[in-house]
Amino acid sequence: MEPATRLDHNHQLSLREFPYIIRWRDDRCKRCGKCTAVCPVKAIEPTVNVQRTVHSEGPLPQPTAVRKVIQVVEQVTDMERYCTGCGTCTLVCPNEAIEPEYNPQNKFYHYKNKSGEPYKRGGRRNDPSISTLDKLKFTRISMLTDPALDAGRHEFRVRTLLGRILPPEELPLKMVNGKLVVDKESGRFIPPVREIFPIMVGSMSVGALSPPMWEGLAMGVAYLNEVEGLPVVMCSGEGGMPPRLLRSKYLKYFIIQIASGYFGWDEIIHALPHMVEDPAAIEIKYGQGAKPGDGGLLMAQKVLRLIANIRGVPQFVDLSSPPTHQTKYSIEEAVAKMIQSMSMAWGFRVPVYPKISGTKTARAVLNNLARNPFAAALSIDGEDGGTGAAYNVSLDKMGHPIASNIRDCYLDLVKQGKQNELPLIAAGGVGKKGNLAANAAALIMLGASAVSIGKYIMQAAADCFGDEYNRCNLCNTGKCPRGITTQDPKLYRRLDADRVAERVVETFKAADVEMRKIFAPMGRSTELPIGMSDGLSIEDKAMAERLEINYAC
Amino acid sequence: MCRLAAITSNEYFSPMENILALETMKEGHDGSGLGLTLKDLGGEFEEFKEFPIMSGICSRKGLDTLDDFMKKHGFRLKHEWNPKIKHVKGVVSREYYFARAYDYPKSYKEKSMREKEDLLMNTRLMLRKIGEPDESIFVFSFYPDVITLKEVGDPLQLGEFFGLDRDGLRAKIIFAQGRQNTNYAIYLYACHPFFIQGFCSMTNGENTAFVPIREFLMGRGFPGYTGYNSDSEVFTHILHYTVRQLGFPLTYYKDVITPLKTTEIDQREDRDALRLVKQSLRPLCIDGPNMVIGFTPDGTCFMVQDAKKLRPGAVGGVKGKYALMSEECGVDKAVPKRDRTRDIFPMKYDMVTISPQAEEVRVWNQLRA
Repeated sequence: MEPATRLDHNHQLSLREFPYIIRWRDDRCKRCGKCTAVCPVKAIEPTVNVQRTVHSEGPLPQPTAVRKVIQVVEQVTDMERYCTGCGTCTLVCPNEAIEPEYNPQNKFYHYKNKSGEPYKRGGRRNDPSISTLDKLKFTRISMLTDPALDAGRHEFRVRTLLGRILPPEELPLKMVNGKLVVDKESGRFIPPVREIFPIMVGSMSVGALSPPMWEGLAMGVAYLNEVEGLPVVMCSGEGGMPPRLLRSKYLKYFIIQIASGYFGWDEIIHALPHMVEDPAAIEIKYGQGAKPGDGGLLMAQKVLRLIANIRGVPQFVDLSSPPTHQTKYSIEEAVAKMIQSMSMAWGFRVPVYPKISGTKTARAVLNNLARNPFAAALSIDGEDGGTGAAYNVSLDKMGHPIASNIRDCYLDLVKQGKQNELPLIAAGGVGKKGNLAANAAALIMLGASAVSIGKYIMQAAADCFGDEYNRCNLCNTGKCPRGITTQDPKLYRRLDADRVAERVVETFKAADVEMRKIFAPMGRSTELPIGMSDGLSIEDKAMAERLEINYAC
Repeated sequence: MCRLAAITSNEYFSPMENILALETMKEGHDGSGLGLTLKDLGGEFEEFKEFPIMSGICSRKGLDTLDDFMKKHGFRLKHEWNPKIKHVKGVVSREYYFARAYDYPKSYKEKSMREKEDLLMNTRLMLRKIGEPDESIFVFSFYPDVITLKEVGDPLQLGEFFGLDRDGLRAKIIFAQGRQNTNYAIYLYACHPFFIQGFCSMTNGENTAFVPIREFLMGRGFPGYTGYNSDSEVFTHILHYTVRQLGFPLTYYKDVITPLKTTEIDQREDRDALRLVKQSLRPLCIDGPNMVIGFTPDGTCFMVQDAKKLRPGAVGGVKGKYALMSEECGVDKAVPKRDRTRDIFPMKYDMVTISPQAEEVRVWNQLRA
């Protein structure tokens, strides 16, 4: 008889508590060891077991026990080495002998707080339900009363404006010989405005992303502009930009972000006199949808030499940006001074706008900006936005859904007649279920001028494993099995920057076509249908009422 | 699709000419209504050119309210015209149709035309507000030298109903629209042509960008930008906003509703200004399918298309009389003796303008401006 102490296994976890359970097939496995070698968290390991089999031959039971040593692949029951479900093991297995299976009964969050350290991760909110954006339908179809357009034949202009736009009544124009000319003597400041593609690549830093990932995105964006004529812009994230890019003609396709840690800005300021082009814009980050109220966080294991150099910090230290810009004490101070300082650095030739996380107080920020003639836009990042590192509780429980937040802000601007003056940029969960163009178009019709994507482009262009079942989400650890969010050369050399760039181009070209396929049957082609809320419906009365759109069932 | 018939002439003519032109364009059911706007009036109104004319419909009760209101606000009735109603099957007659010329209140006599225009518009809006809930008063226009008639029914029958074939009502510019209302409840305030402070337009086709345009106009803080029972009313208000409020020349109306691409703007002499205009007036871009016919206070008539040119439109005539119609057969009816080879079918970049007194036709090209 086994002693009782061996039977109950108290204080040990069963695999049932784990979010993913490895299904390993003894009959298929050839014991090559690839899966155990590649597992980013060492959740599986090769081990030997003693197998006792009882044999009996002849007409009467004459049992004999045979013990033999067998080699197996086993999942460990250590919560620090939980299987993340990334599936890299499946990817490398030559015989389809192994795969992780999601365990909906898991108690992962109950245990993932060893040493009193709450669970931190990357990715986005773990909520696989259908988001509001995916519930929105386009129901105003042009039929007979007005002909639908042909997405392939008609000329479409899927473009938007980034920058503060003057109200028509304040345009410094005068008439000369029956024609309007700009009255240069009026002394009126004409804010810079960029014409861009309405889907932009949101802020993901050098540091959070691996070199090939950031480079791939940058190359893809440059190609889209230079070759495809699609003016897609990309935001640097907090952490500076490669010095050569700062001095190159491609800088015009990039939005440089400044956040509360000011990482990378020493390099940027020094590059200023050598810049041959202005950046597309400057984004001042005040908040992020994935972790509202938290600053940026780049964990020590990702701060390798290249990152340390660009950011001007020592290697292997946690780089956390404060939750707020420490030198500022009020919204007026923070917004007005930061915007004006940044505008001044580029001679008021570059649009400067703040980014905040989705919040009930967004309208207060908006109204502050509406009164600031230098504010170029407002970017709002909803609760479904992604991150490279955050506390799980922030990711899962903090923040505001983007749909009603952007709608409230737009309608507030409408009340003031300023909806065309201050563009709203919506982010957070765009393309969560893969419907990039539809989500973008829905947000535009709710009132956004443009949308930002982050997680989606990592998934579409670099096959990021992450999903809303907490799959993988290892971005913070520097152990990204795809080589997307790591600074470890052994991992990031798995990722081909050229391939990423190619996928970025394919993704945006497809989104462009899909947007046309949405706008064409709605009879819109010349201007982006910003605020065309009569085109939208939702199968939920409360949501329809909240968003001030049609209810259809 | 609505049928549109506009005629501009250097001689006074009867609105029946427009109605007969509409008739040639009729296809299928077309009983949703008729709208008529007459400008530069002849006949009995010729001697009242300086006085604002209120056009509308009211009930007996509404008439009392109207009289009291106008008296209280210092307007003095100078002249009144009422159509000689002939009851026609299919047209439900309302109680009182009128066009009344008033004298301005004393305090306004010496004021500028701009101030007078604001007074007239605000008066019209107040009356609309008073009379709309119980439909006791409908006021379509209140402006010097302009009359508007609107009613539900078949346009030809309505011509007979109003006795326009027998009446001496004449004008040099007449716009007529036969509504083919297919998807909304029929409502008089939804009927074209729309008029505001000397600017008038009528449109065929639905306006797919209606909601953002309406929201932008309503945000301008101008009391006249209201109503919007029809998605076409915004075209009139954009015209008014562009020319009167912003002071742009008429051709910029085309640049506002159908802005050029960035690369096309670069070819224009006024590109720097145009770029700003395009940005600032981005929500006023119409996405069609629409053809717009309009007139401005000086009597210039025009026709423009949306950028995709998905609605028909034709302009033709002789010096002294031109027709702007939604179809060629309408032009044939209105001005049969003309050189048809010189008819104009404006394309996506064109704006056809006809100077006052139908003197001259010009095709202004947006690209080559």
